[in-house]
Amino acid sequence: MKQTTGLGRQIFLVWDYFYSTLVTLAKVAGHTFTKADTVEYPEQMPYLAPRFRGRIVLTRDPTGEERCVACNLCASACPTDCISLQKTEDETGRWSAEYFRINFSRCVFCGLCEEACPTYAIQLTSDFEMAEYERQNLVYEKEHLLIDGPGKHPDYNFYELCGKAVSGRAKGGGCLEAEPVNLKSLLP
Amino acid sequence: MSELVSNLLNVVLILVSVVFGAALLTWVERRLLGIWQDRYGPNRVGPFGTLQIVADMIKLLMKQDWVPPFADRLVFIIAPAVAMFVVVAAFAVIPMAPGVGVVDLNIGLLFFLAMTSLGVYAVMFGAYASDNKYAMLGGLRAAAQMVSYEVFMGLSLMGVVMLAGTFNLRELVLAQADGWFIGPQIVGFFIFFLAGIAESHRTPFDLPEAEHELTAGFHTEYSGMKFAMFFIGEYVSVLMTAAMITVLFLGGWLGPGWLPPLAWFLLKTIALVLLMILIRGSLPRPRYDQLMAFGWKFMLPLSLLNLLVTGALILI
Repeated sequence: MKQTTGLGRQIFLVWDYFYSTLVTLAKVAGHTFTKADTVEYPEQMPYLAPRFRGRIVLTRDPTGEERCVACNLCASACPTDCISLQKTEDETGRWSAEYFRINFSRCVFCGLCEEACPTYAIQLTSDFEMAEYERQNLVYEKEHLLIDGPGKHPDYNFYELCGKAVSGRAKGGGCLEAEPVNLKSLLP
Repeated sequence: MSELVSNLLNVVLILVSVVFGAALLTWVERRLLGIWQDRYGPNRVGPFGTLQIVADMIKLLMKQDWVPPFADRLVFIIAPAVAMFVVVAAFAVIPMAPGVGVVDLNIGLLFFLAMTSLGVYAVMFGAYASDNKYAMLGGLRAAAQMVSYEVFMGLSLMGVVMLAGTFNLRELVLAQADGWFIGPQIVGFFIFFLAGIAESHRTPFDLPEAEHELTAGFHTEYSGMKFAMFFIGEYVSVLMTAAMITVLFLGGWLGPGWLPPLAWFLLKTIALVLLMILIRGSLPRPRYDQLMAFGWKFMLPLSLLNLLVTGALILI
C-alpha cells in the first residue's frame, strides 16, 4: 500500500474491490445451506440457564409454614423499590408478612432481593411468561407470590436454627440449635 | 373486437401480475434475507408465510390516511402516484414472450430510459412536499444519484443498440438468437446492472433512504397506502430492472425448446431478482461522495470505453 497512484495500482485496486465483493456474495450465498439459529419460541422453549432469574416467589418451610419473616431486607435491597410489605406477629411469636406486594411492572429481575433474604424465602424462578393486558395485573399480592414448596433449599428451616422461642418451644429447642449459653457461667 | 379483448386481457394480466409479483417480492426478499442471516424470516402467516403480504396490506390499508399539516398537500399526494406510475408504465414496453407484452414500440428502449428518468420526480416531489430535513437530504441525494447514474445507464445500453441496430426491444431480443449480448457486452451488462440497482435505489445504492442516517429518506413523512405505493414502486422497479437486463443481455424469452418462452423469460428475471436480493444482503452502503466518485470517475469512463471498443469492433 505504498503507492496509491499509477495506472497499475488503480487497476489492481479495482480488481481487489471487485474480487472482495464477489467473495462476499459467495460467502453470504453459502448461508443458504446453514441452519437457522432461530428458536421458534411459543412452540419451542428456549434454553434457560440454571440461574435464570424470572418470576419471584415466596417459598415455604419443609413443614409448610411461610419462610418470610418480614425483615424488609429485600425491600431495602430492591433497586427499583418494587417490593412493599408489612410485618405481623402471630400468637406463637412467629413473624410473617401481613401483606407482601411486588410490582412486576417495575421489577428488573436483578435478584438482589434473593441475595438479601436471610431465610431463603424470596426466590427467583425460571418462569418469564407473565405478560398481562392490564398493567394493574402485574402487581402481585402475597397469595399470588406464595408457593407450596420450599424451592431451591428444600431442607432449610429458619426457625429450627434461629434461636428464637416460637410455637411454645423454648430458646434452643430447635433441632439445629444448641442449648442457650448461660452468660453468667461463662465468667472466669 | 376479439383483438381488442385479447389486448385488454394482456394489459390487465400483465399489470396485475407485475403488481402482485412486486408485492410477493417483499415477502421473498424478507424470507431470503432471513435465510442468509441464519434466521427464518416471516414464516407464520399462511403456508411458508406467503400470506404475510395480505397481512401487511390489511395493516397498511387500515392506517389513517395522514398528510402532515406542514406538507404541500397536492404534491405530497401526487408523488407516490408518480412513483408507481412511471415504473408500471415502463413495464409496458418489455416484451415477455412472442405475443405477450403490452406495446411494441420501435423506440421501446428510449421509452424505458425516459420513464426511469421520470422516476426521480417522484422522489423529489415526495421529498419537497414533506418539508422535512431528512426527506430533504434524501431527496437531494436521490436527485443527484439518479441523474448521474442515468448517464451511464443509457450509455451502457448503446453497445447493445449498436450490435442489434434497433431500439425496438422485440427486435433486440430476436437479434440475440445466435448469441446473448452478455458475451460481447459483459462490461455493459455489469454497468447496467449496477445502474439499475442505483435507479431503483436499493442497497448498496440506497442512500436516498439510508435508514441509519436519514430515518427513511424521502418517504420519512409517508405512511399507510402512500408509503405502500413508494414501496411497491421500488419493488416493481426491481422487477423492471431484472426484466430489462433479461431482455437486453440474456436473450429475453430465447432458450432451449423444452420450456415455453414465457417460462424462460420468468426464469431469467427471477434469477436476476434473487441476485439483486443477494447483493442487498451482502454489500454495505458506500459513503455519499464515494458513490458519486464511483459513478463519475469509474463507471462513466468505463461505459465510454465500452462504447468506443464496441464501435471500433463493429467498424472493423
